[in-house]
Amino acid sequence: MNIEIEKNKKYQVVKLHGEVDLSNSRSIKLDIIKLIKAKNHVIVDFTHLQYIDSSGMASLVEAFNEAKENGSEFHIVGANGSPLQVLQLTRLNTVFKLADSVDDVTNNG
Amino acid sequence: MVSPIISIKHLFAHYGNTQVLNDVNLDVNPGEILVVMGGSGSGKSTLLKHMLGLKAPSSGTVMIDDVNIITAKNKQLQQLRKKMGVAFQGGALLSSLNVADNISLPLEQNTSLDTQTIDIMVRMKLELMNMSGTGHLMPSELSGGMLKRAGLARAVIMDPKLLFFDEPSAGLDPTTAVELDELILTLRDAMNITIVVVTHELESVFKIADRVVVLFGGEVVANGTVEEIKNSTDERIQNMINRKPNTNKDDGEVYFNRLLNKRES
Repeated sequence: MNIEIEKNKKYQVVKLHGEVDLSNSRSIKLDIIKLIKAKNHVIVDFTHLQYIDSSGMASLVEAFNEAKENGSEFHIVGANGSPLQVLQLTRLNTVFKLADSVDDVTNNG
Repeated sequence: MVSPIISIKHLFAHYGNTQVLNDVNLDVNPGEILVVMGGSGSGKSTLLKHMLGLKAPSSGTVMIDDVNIITAKNKQLQQLRKKMGVAFQGGALLSSLNVADNISLPLEQNTSLDTQTIDIMVRMKLELMNMSGTGHLMPSELSGGMLKRAGLARAVIMDPKLLFFDEPSAGLDPTTAVELDELILTLRDAMNITIVVVTHELESVFKIADRVVVLFGGEVVANGTVEEIKNSTDERIQNMINRKPNTNKDDGEVYFNRLLNKRES
């Protein structure tokens, strides 16, 4: 698992690479919540994410809740393959704001 | 060529002098739903126990994810078990814990996730099982179908690579049984879980199986797709499909040995 964070306009883009599972979901959650607490809007980029388990999804729900409470935007972009199926299976596609790409969000934000 | 996630070679097992598995050879491929089918006493539950490492065989090997489950050291076995989920026939929930606490138990015992994360994961699994809002109920307050679904929720709470399901449809009304079959297919398709189902319920077998292994008297008598099993010319399989009793065709010596509880020579 590799995580990259970069600034794009008013957003902090969190790029997830590889697999999110029980071994790393907590630290990813803490990284994202730290960005939110610092008053950032967040885009989590799933484009290069191969797998996310339910601990990863639950962690993103917690981060999304933190964003709502802090008045920050929270988007997930680029979901495809297995992560998209997990979003659909857990019906979290109805909870999160999803977009195809980082540009889709930043151009409209 | 994908290597199998489960590979069983020359497995023999006995209860006392009675042979219950006879030279079972079987591979389970990643992402497939394999149904082990057979009548009562065919050895299917015993085979399941061997796949889970709950019984030591008389001889043979059971490899799970390239680990020999029979000779694996404790730590190796623990790692392996984290990748495996088991849904037992009656749900096997602890009667002293409510549904949510039963489901979260594997996470509490095996991870250091935050309580809120665990609570969300449990609610997600309850949603998946169509049981939202039931986390506070005690097992004694659940119907048979709900007990099975709660047991399944606990089995998949750690997102296992491999799920074993013992008699998913047994004792359920037809509608609930169909719902559970749909759920098994969803788990395989969306979570890419390899699933081994042990059952004698034909409707369920034909609906969910990618491949069917038929056990009879502790031996694998068929291993193929649903169509291949349906078209089998083996009288024992056709009797099973057409719900006809099997007449005992053992020769005199086998019958004699059985009467005296002697192991076959």
